[in-house]
Amino acid sequence: MAELNTGGGGGGHKGGKVRSKKSSTRVDLTAMVDLAFLLITFFMLTTTLLKPKAMDLTMPDKDEKNDQLPVPATRTMTILLGANDKVEWFIGVPGDTPPTTDHFGKDGLRKALIENSKKIKDSHGGQDMIVLVSPSDHSNYNDLVSALDEMSITGIERHAIVAITAPEIELLKRDGNY
Amino acid sequence: MPRVKIARKSTATDMTAMCDVAFLLLTFFIMTSKFKADDPVPVAIPSYTKTIVLPEENTATLTVGSGKVYFSVEGDKIRGMMLDEVGKIYQQTFTPQEKAMFITLPSFGMDITQLKPYLDALIQEPEKAKTMVQPGIPTDSVSAQLFNWVKQARTADVVLNHKALIICIKGDRKEEYPTIGKIIAILQKQKVNKFSLITATKGGL
Repeated sequence: MAELNTGGGGGGHKGGKVRSKKSSTRVDLTAMVDLAFLLITFFMLTTTLLKPKAMDLTMPDKDEKNDQLPVPATRTMTILLGANDKVEWFIGVPGDTPPTTDHFGKDGLRKALIENSKKIKDSHGGQDMIVLVSPSDHSNYNDLVSALDEMSITGIERHAIVAITAPEIELLKRDGNY
Repeated sequence: MPRVKIARKSTATDMTAMCDVAFLLLTFFIMTSKFKADDPVPVAIPSYTKTIVLPEENTATLTVGSGKVYFSVEGDKIRGMMLDEVGKIYQQTFTPQEKAMFITLPSFGMDITQLKPYLDALIQEPEKAKTMVQPGIPTDSVSAQLFNWVKQARTADVVLNHKALIICIKGDRKEEYPTIGKIIAILQKQKVNKFSLITATKGGL
């Protein structure tokens, strides 16, 4: 590829006139093209990869209290987000069933969600489980996103973020997750 | 019979056209790419499995970290109009220079009364002012400053672009929930029930 300019290297002027050598005007562009394409690749990749990604979050409308349908408590699963990345979940209203302390991950919350969803579907004639996520004041933002992520992984479409209630805080306190 | 000789061609090709195209594309990408603005606080975003790509325009971002809230909105015109309208509510007037400086700010987070001195400092001593730590926008409901910033940004977007502004929350992983909850409550107060949480995409499960 590279062209070497040989010929007329020297020793050509034996007593004669010193002639200025006519050099070719062609420049080897290989390196320049290489560099240009390298930079193109860099800019292409960085512009498309840095686009911010997001998840959509829809909160229940606070004002429309009239058209809410009563839902049997037995169809709901409440997830309490406690301190130190711990979660507690129970079915129904607090006190109905003993809460289970769990952790995030494949064998923790996800397993519980899949099992409960199946159980509730079987016992309620195919109706979906409703999941309520209650973040406590000591939980962090990552827990909230992780909990919502588990919903999307397990395909639970009916879920909402609700404010934590006093009996639920008591439960967390009792189990040392607050 | 003499053998047919294959003429040896030079392997050197004319790369001028290729070089032209390469640099044309390079110029295009350099000019269209926008460098990411620095966050006012270090924010490590949480990850989520099924993320969507946010549009580049028509968005407003609330950056949350260390209990502080910062606000930024895309679009110079929206920023200008938002500043005027919020200034009206809190009886603050800004000079054209201050307004121009505000438009260039990537994100801001301070009490409205501190904004004017901060902008003046940025005009006079940009190096010194840039190192100043911004204390975050007050989130209390009495002065309702964050509420008004978001509301005026949304109004400006509707007036100028006839679009509904997409509100994004960029929160730090370790941020305690009350701060996030407060912001969600402020958004819900103005009937923004759908918003986006900026997350990274979680890799293979």
